[in-house]
Amino acid sequence: MGTDKIESVKSLFTAQSAKVDTNRGDAYYEKLHDQCRARLDELKQLAPISNRMDFSKSIEEEGVNRRDFMKWASATTAMLMLPASFTPLVAEAAVLMNRVPVVWIELQDCAGNSEALLRSDGPQIDEIILDIISLEFHETLMAPSGHQAEKQLEEAIELFKGKYLLFVEGSVPMGMDGQFGTIGAKGETFIDHLTRLSNDAAAIVAVGSCATFGGIPAAAPNPTDAKGVMDVVHGKPIINIPACPANPSNMVGVILHYVLTGQVPELDSLLRPKFAFGYRIHDNCERRAHFDAGEYVEEWGDEGAKNNFCLYKVGCKGPMTFNNCSIVRYNEGVNWPVGVGRGCIGCSEPDFWDKYAYERPMANANIKAPTGGVEKTVDEFGLGLLTAAGVGIAIHAAASVVAGKKSEENA
Amino acid sequence: MSKKHIIVDPITRIEGHLRVEAIIDESNKIVDAYASSTMFRGMETIMKDRDPRDCGLMAMRICGVCTGTHYQRSIEAVEDAFNITIPKNARLVRNLIQGALYVHDHLVHFYHLHALDFVDVLSATKADPEATAKEAVKWAGVAGHKPYISAAADFKAIQDRVIKFANEGRLGIFGNGYWGNPHYKLTPEQNLIGVAHYLKALDIQRDMAKMQAIFGGKNPHPQSIVVGGVTCVQDIKNPARIALFKQLLQDSTEFIKGAYLPDVYMAGTMYAEEATDKDATYKGVGGTGGGILNYMAYGDFRLDDTGFYKAASLFPSGIVMGGDISKVIEVDTAKIAEDVTHSWYEGTGKPEHPYDGTTIPKYTGLEKKEDGYAYLKTDEKYSWIKSPRYDGQPMEVGPLARMVVGYAKGDARIKKYVDNFLKRSGLPVTVLFSTVGRTAGRAIETELMADIMFEWVDELAKNVANGDDSTWTEFDFDVVSKDCKGAGLAEAPRGALGHWMRIKDGKVTNYQAIVPSTWNAGPRDESGKLGAYEAALIGTKVADPEQPLEIIRTIHSFDPCIACAVHVVDTNGKELAVYKVDPNCAL
Repeated sequence: MGTDKIESVKSLFTAQSAKVDTNRGDAYYEKLHDQCRARLDELKQLAPISNRMDFSKSIEEEGVNRRDFMKWASATTAMLMLPASFTPLVAEAAVLMNRVPVVWIELQDCAGNSEALLRSDGPQIDEIILDIISLEFHETLMAPSGHQAEKQLEEAIELFKGKYLLFVEGSVPMGMDGQFGTIGAKGETFIDHLTRLSNDAAAIVAVGSCATFGGIPAAAPNPTDAKGVMDVVHGKPIINIPACPANPSNMVGVILHYVLTGQVPELDSLLRPKFAFGYRIHDNCERRAHFDAGEYVEEWGDEGAKNNFCLYKVGCKGPMTFNNCSIVRYNEGVNWPVGVGRGCIGCSEPDFWDKYAYERPMANANIKAPTGGVEKTVDEFGLGLLTAAGVGIAIHAAASVVAGKKSEENA
Repeated sequence: MSKKHIIVDPITRIEGHLRVEAIIDESNKIVDAYASSTMFRGMETIMKDRDPRDCGLMAMRICGVCTGTHYQRSIEAVEDAFNITIPKNARLVRNLIQGALYVHDHLVHFYHLHALDFVDVLSATKADPEATAKEAVKWAGVAGHKPYISAAADFKAIQDRVIKFANEGRLGIFGNGYWGNPHYKLTPEQNLIGVAHYLKALDIQRDMAKMQAIFGGKNPHPQSIVVGGVTCVQDIKNPARIALFKQLLQDSTEFIKGAYLPDVYMAGTMYAEEATDKDATYKGVGGTGGGILNYMAYGDFRLDDTGFYKAASLFPSGIVMGGDISKVIEVDTAKIAEDVTHSWYEGTGKPEHPYDGTTIPKYTGLEKKEDGYAYLKTDEKYSWIKSPRYDGQPMEVGPLARMVVGYAKGDARIKKYVDNFLKRSGLPVTVLFSTVGRTAGRAIETELMADIMFEWVDELAKNVANGDDSTWTEFDFDVVSKDCKGAGLAEAPRGALGHWMRIKDGKVTNYQAIVPSTWNAGPRDESGKLGAYEAALIGTKVADPEQPLEIIRTIHSFDPCIACAVHVVDTNGKELAVYKVDPNCAL
């Protein structure tokens, strides 16, 4: 491989992905600020749909002090890529979230995103978050079962017609007329269930890899013809929050943004909010310096691993993956897959099980073809299948060469 | 008017999609029951033809609640096939990742998935906070610890919150609950304790999940386990990580001992009548919800480095039949087979061992009747779950099975914790064979696990300090993956879990998993033997047929994790009166 190619690949990997305008100028933000102000004032006029306690008071009762709350509001403002002057509005929006009814349904899922929601880590206020969004229906958490659960759902969609956010967890099986999944005493198929609830929703938020792009059930050979929500629901605003599971910060971020502006956040071509999915993992990775220096973990537990070297050669797909894990991390920032020495498996990208989720670089993938059946190398799939990183194959080759050179130099 | 036919779908506060149909006689007693999973993904088919090293992460997506457990079992099946023994650090890290999962999972199960079957949230509004504080001290005393929350003012603040909540209309996830049902047995003060701990446990579970994330990278769905070991070498070498783990474990332990166990003593005592009611059982032994009384454990948590299936383990393996703890049968995995007579799969005419098992869907649907409801066709196939059998017998698996097997085997550690519970509660050993006993078994295990994790984390820190920072055992993939088979048989929080795979030329040629809820939630088999859920419901007395409180209490005591749903129907296929359960919210 010629030097030019190596250089071009290096520049590709070292460039900021620049998908998001982080500063759009004062005029833009002033207008947005006014819009948000008007939206919040309008929301305040509405009677609370739920019971919940006075939020500012409950902050005190819960021992969460104002300062911690404002710290959280300010971090969230930054995450949403808004100027600091929006912090008071974000705080106010958090207080007003109880005006937004949320219906959360589970289809072909593992409840991983529901569990992730429970880990929501607004400082000390996950409990309050659970309280203040009006969670009208959520199978994993709700008290009633059976007919009473169905009644709870019917009441909510009637009462909040056109106003609720429909969160969907899990993929939609379309094979066998949708009968791979049924729910309720009438045995409604998942697709009928989803379609019915979508009709009266204000917007749909697909959480996790399955609801967004099909996820694990859609992995080859996709036995149930599983689909993501955007492939089967039309005519409604859809926001995708992929990852396996989705980061709870991004779930809360989307709700806050909706409350604040009354609109869905700015989305990329895969309907992912740009505030969370505007950058590659690789752009802000803590091990990035080692990538640039050509220092790699070659196999698990080696000297490189003991020194936190770059994980690309043991399969990290951070360069192909758009998500904010490297900034937000998981479980109150305690760790994340790159931190723990494993690397990224590309879980916020479509079809990642068939393209990215293995511990080898792409050229050595030896993975099952998305079409099922005969095994092919990645090269044979063709670049068309490699969405965010059609360049992955060339990149791997180049990276290996760069790395090889470095180790020769070191030797 | 004779029998009533109840459909409960969806069963909520579980992982997945489950339906139960039950037949209730004139005296409101359950005389028949059917459990059905109503969702299929085809995970085993998806795993076929993959590189076996990639299967662990995919297998983990079987469940996001017992997250990390299928991951490790799948990896261990490969290690078994490749004959790899992992380093000591890797064994200890895995024990800590799984241990953190156990305490997290059991706590979330008890408070957020199960407690509302015992605790009447609205009754808590009538409690006297002073008396509540005294009550909390009392039950913590029974457990031998100091109460986690003890000030009357704290209980008052929580109660004010609940009152405000209840007075202002919509109840969110508490809406349309069974509040006021006569089978809620706690006093208002006891209910207030339960509600206070329910809310506090939301905080504590976040910390417990952090423990898993320290060495796993994230929770749900950790990512640091690989064939041959673990990847988190930096984290085990960092004393700050070890210290954080211990701090979180300490905080968690205080809640487990000062809230969770006292609450289980309290519930166990208040529901003792059900838990010892022989008339309400399938086999005439134990109490309400007892069921088949065959308990099986594969054993788990290696305590030394002699290798998989050779090392001493924290939980011993074995089988106890019919609740007879005087005898323990050793597990012979060749006797495990799956029957699909009533499952929506093609059968080969006889039960299949998982190494050679097939998963070919054959959906025959529900029967839509004129009343608009859809019923299980129980004479034919009626569930996406298969019916695993051991030597032809159905088994119950889970924390209770582990405690019963360990107890029957005379395991010193398990015996100490179980005897302590029985002595302090003043309940007979047969109380374990019930819905309440299943819940108690889980709590006993949580305390045991929290205690031993302190030993493991110290052992890990000491080993690394002594200069051993090895985390991975090397192997030559091309050589070992030519033609082999392996099994990862161990325990998930919900019970005995097995992953079986055959590998040829570096690819998986067959993959089968029998998960705990397959054992527990499976339908009846060819010879009509009931699954564990189905049997556990038989004999249960229902206070109000409109409210399936007792049904979900028993189902929840198993901690279902199925991605499925349950229905109840007539065993003889007779047209029974259909009773539409008309919800009646107390508020």
